Amino acid sequence: MARFLANRLALSIVTLFILSVIVFAATQLLPGDVGRNVLGPFADQKSVDLFNHQVGADRPLLVQYGDWIWKFLHGDMGRSLQYQVSVWSLLGPSLVNSLKLAAEAFVLVVPLSILGGVAAALRRGRLADRAITITGLSLTAVPEFVSAIFLIVAFGVFLTWLPVNAQWPQGTGLVGQMRYLLLPSLALVMVLFGYIARMARHGTIEALSADYTRTAYLNGLGTTTVIGRHVLRNALLPTIAVVATQTGYLIGGLLVIEKLFNYNGIGQRIYIAAQNKDVTMLQSGVLLVGVVYLVATFIADLLYSVLNPRIRFGSVE
Amino acid sequence: MTPEPTPLALELRDLDVVYRVRGQDRQVLRGLTLTVGSGESYGLVGESGCGKSTTALAAVQYLPSNGRVRSGSINVAGRDVVRLSRAELRKLRATEVSMVYQDPSQALNPSIKIGRQVAAVFRVRGIGRDEAEERTAAVLRHVQIADVGSVMNRYPHQLSGGMQQRIVIAMALAKDPALLILDEPTTGLDATVEAEVLDLIAQLQAELRTAVLFVSHNLGVIGKMCERVGVLYAGRLVEEGPVDVVLQNPRHPYTVGLIRCIPRGGVRKDHGRLDTIPGFLPPLGEELPGCVFVDRCGLAREICHTVEPPLYQLGEHHISRCHFHEEAPELPRVIPADLGQPLPLDRSSTALVRIEDLEKIYRQRGHTVHAVSGVSVSIWPGETVGLVGESGSGKTTFARALLGLVVPTAGTVEVDGRVVPPKLARRSREDVEALQIVFQNPDSALNRRHTVRRILRRALKKLAGLTGTAAAARLLDLVQSVRLAERYLTVRPNQLSGGLKQRVAIARAFAGEPRLVVCDEPTSALDVSVQAAILNLLVELQVERRLSYLFISHDLGVVRYLSDRIAVLYLGRLMELGPADVVFDGPHHPYTEALLSAVPTIDGGGRERIRLEGEIPSAANPPTGCVFHTRCPRKIGPICEQEEPPLVTVERDHMMRCHIPIEELRRLQQDKDAITA
Repeated sequence: MARFLANRLALSIVTLFILSVIVFAATQLLPGDVGRNVLGPFADQKSVDLFNHQVGADRPLLVQYGDWIWKFLHGDMGRSLQYQVSVWSLLGPSLVNSLKLAAEAFVLVVPLSILGGVAAALRRGRLADRAITITGLSLTAVPEFVSAIFLIVAFGVFLTWLPVNAQWPQGTGLVGQMRYLLLPSLALVMVLFGYIARMARHGTIEALSADYTRTAYLNGLGTTTVIGRHVLRNALLPTIAVVATQTGYLIGGLLVIEKLFNYNGIGQRIYIAAQNKDVTMLQSGVLLVGVVYLVATFIADLLYSVLNPRIRFGSVE
Repeated sequence: MTPEPTPLALELRDLDVVYRVRGQDRQVLRGLTLTVGSGESYGLVGESGCGKSTTALAAVQYLPSNGRVRSGSINVAGRDVVRLSRAELRKLRATEVSMVYQDPSQALNPSIKIGRQVAAVFRVRGIGRDEAEERTAAVLRHVQIADVGSVMNRYPHQLSGGMQQRIVIAMALAKDPALLILDEPTTGLDATVEAEVLDLIAQLQAELRTAVLFVSHNLGVIGKMCERVGVLYAGRLVEEGPVDVVLQNPRHPYTVGLIRCIPRGGVRKDHGRLDTIPGFLPPLGEELPGCVFVDRCGLAREICHTVEPPLYQLGEHHISRCHFHEEAPELPRVIPADLGQPLPLDRSSTALVRIEDLEKIYRQRGHTVHAVSGVSVSIWPGETVGLVGESGSGKTTFARALLGLVVPTAGTVEVDGRVVPPKLARRSREDVEALQIVFQNPDSALNRRHTVRRILRRALKKLAGLTGTAAAARLLDLVQSVRLAERYLTVRPNQLSGGLKQRVAIARAFAGEPRLVVCDEPTSALDVSVQAAILNLLVELQVERRLSYLFISHDLGVVRYLSDRIAVLYLGRLMELGPADVVFDGPHHPYTEALLSAVPTIDGGGRERIRLEGEIPSAANPPTGCVFHTRCPRKIGPICEQEEPPLVTVERDHMMRCHIPIEELRRLQQDKDAITA
């Protein structure tokens, strides 16, 4: 197992390195130099040069890249070009917001969709199965801005049960915050439910038809024991991997949802940075999302290998 | 007080089982009646699709969701399982009936430790944790697992196939059931492992007096394991009787045909063709007013089409469902025995293929694995060399190196005396064309998205460089030569039966004019009647084209039928090489001797089983000296552990790698035969 995880860790580091290079290269491709972008077209060349010198944009690219990475690794993300404050002071709270939204969506969607998928598998081919499968599939096919707007109109405007604005006022308690996040979370549940449920359904069907399940039944075990002890554990392994790949989306890919619900998450923060050519913010923001994504994937790998003895005790090549 | 009479372990009465397919009930079992007495072992044979597994699953009430018992009764240990409530059924399964099926690696839950899985059998009967653990250890010891403590703490994937099957058997017997159902329990295991598992089952059965329903397509296995046998065809029992009576004196044309298909008793290709059973099993659920076998029967007459034959009582307990059962032994052959004799071989000419000192070393996690070490074999035009050995002996790696699919670490491959490049991509088209392969599983070897025509045209283009009308003409030749009807050209492989698919795969290999075809277990996934047809085809093609084969199979009867010479591999080393008859009749290498003795044959009796101790050692860490010494029953002393014997010519054309002199081996092996005879 150590070998498997070491492998994954090494791969994650390589991935992050490549990501950092791409992000860095992409920001270099933005038209104009940093100073000109920040100071505007009418600033004189001298102050532009001075600005570039101050932020270090006049150094060779390799040095700039090395400096950025070195500082990033030490927790220093530099200063925002636009706001002239430390990047972390803006990114940090946005990240926390994003994590809160992701956590709520996660807590809702994972049990719900696994339950749905397993229930569908147990009633394969019957009405409940078709209902769950088709609902999930249709919801996945609907773009998130459509489902989000539908939710806003239904629950926020007509029924006025829930706030349409996800950003809670200052001093709201944790439970209150969860209420504010419920609508965007539901929109995310609608996007992800079909996908995760489908995986859970597939895994369960496979495990149900496996010989070891038959062995368990033929040893006189009851249905509940067979499902609980023999089916689910093997059935849900692939689902874990799928859920993990979705966490990256839940944290870094929610621009549309954040925008619709006017929520200050890391997606919006990066989007604004890109619009305003706030290079330092953009670079560090994207890399931060990458780090979060890989940490989530790594945790999933860890979980997967703990649950799967074939990885825990090597022999799978 | 008189003891209650023990009920029959299994009693099926007029059992009809149907599967619902596309809204229609299709009959799978047709009025099946059979009984397995307490402590008796009953074998059920037949080809795939005839209802064997359905019978087994019906007995434990575990039919697929579209299957149901339409009429009739199933009694297990005196209880009608069709009428049991859920709770009663669970209780019956927990105590009275066990089932073991084909693939042991699938039958065990991959994420639960062995100890807990086996203990569950005790726990479900309300036995406490500690006692369950103790009894688990006891039952594992009973199936001869050496290191019980450590095995209980392992997961299934950490054990070999043979060990896994023993665990499954331990689980099955832990209940001390009245009935044990074995559904092809050794299919897919190596011959030596199969023999061990069968020995274990036989021994446990004798000890525990458990009744056994043994389902298998392998008549040899049934012959060895069972007292009575039933032959199933299209869901109907066509013959039943004591096993030696049925196998030696079959009285139903289907049984006769099945037995004739099997190459046995030392029959070789130059003795004549194998007989086959023409045609196919009727489709599932077809209305069969007369005899179920009528369409494939050489004795069929008017009455057979219209009148269902009754069960004729032929002798004590021997029954046949054939109007003309007296004539069954004289069933006319479908295939005349004498079709084109193979031409005599001329080994004075240049060998077609010469493999010299082939060596393949894999690096794996810092270990070096000698998959093949220093193997030299030559194959002459028109010759078949059979390659045998347990899995892990290097057969496939050797064949792949010959084909250029694996680049050997050392050694050369010569074609017509010319060294060819080790890599396939570097070989000239003639060389690629000359060496072809037919794989074990035609399903994965043929692109299922393409029609047969497209598959073969592509092969013609790639291998023979033919396109357009030339290709079209050659295509027809090709399908005719593999006896494939032209109408199959437009279908895709998944619409074909296993035998037809294998014909397509053979046609593909023959698209260029191959001179040597590697056959890697080409018939092991096929029923015996289909296997016979494919083997005949291979011989005919060989006669017509003076082809050579490198034939890999674990079925020694098949290897013997087809091969002129046999090469025996063990841990990547050539242990013995010689003419087929010599290798089979002996004196043979102790390893070959053990392999041969492991195979159960219909002819029964004969050889005494030679047990091989333990499992095939890892090729990453082969034993010192003679690699076989750790398992060799004829080990003579320290020399075997210290010095690797050289491969020497012991007789004309016969090479062996053993410290024991040939005359000594001859004496030892004759003595043994004398004892058992």
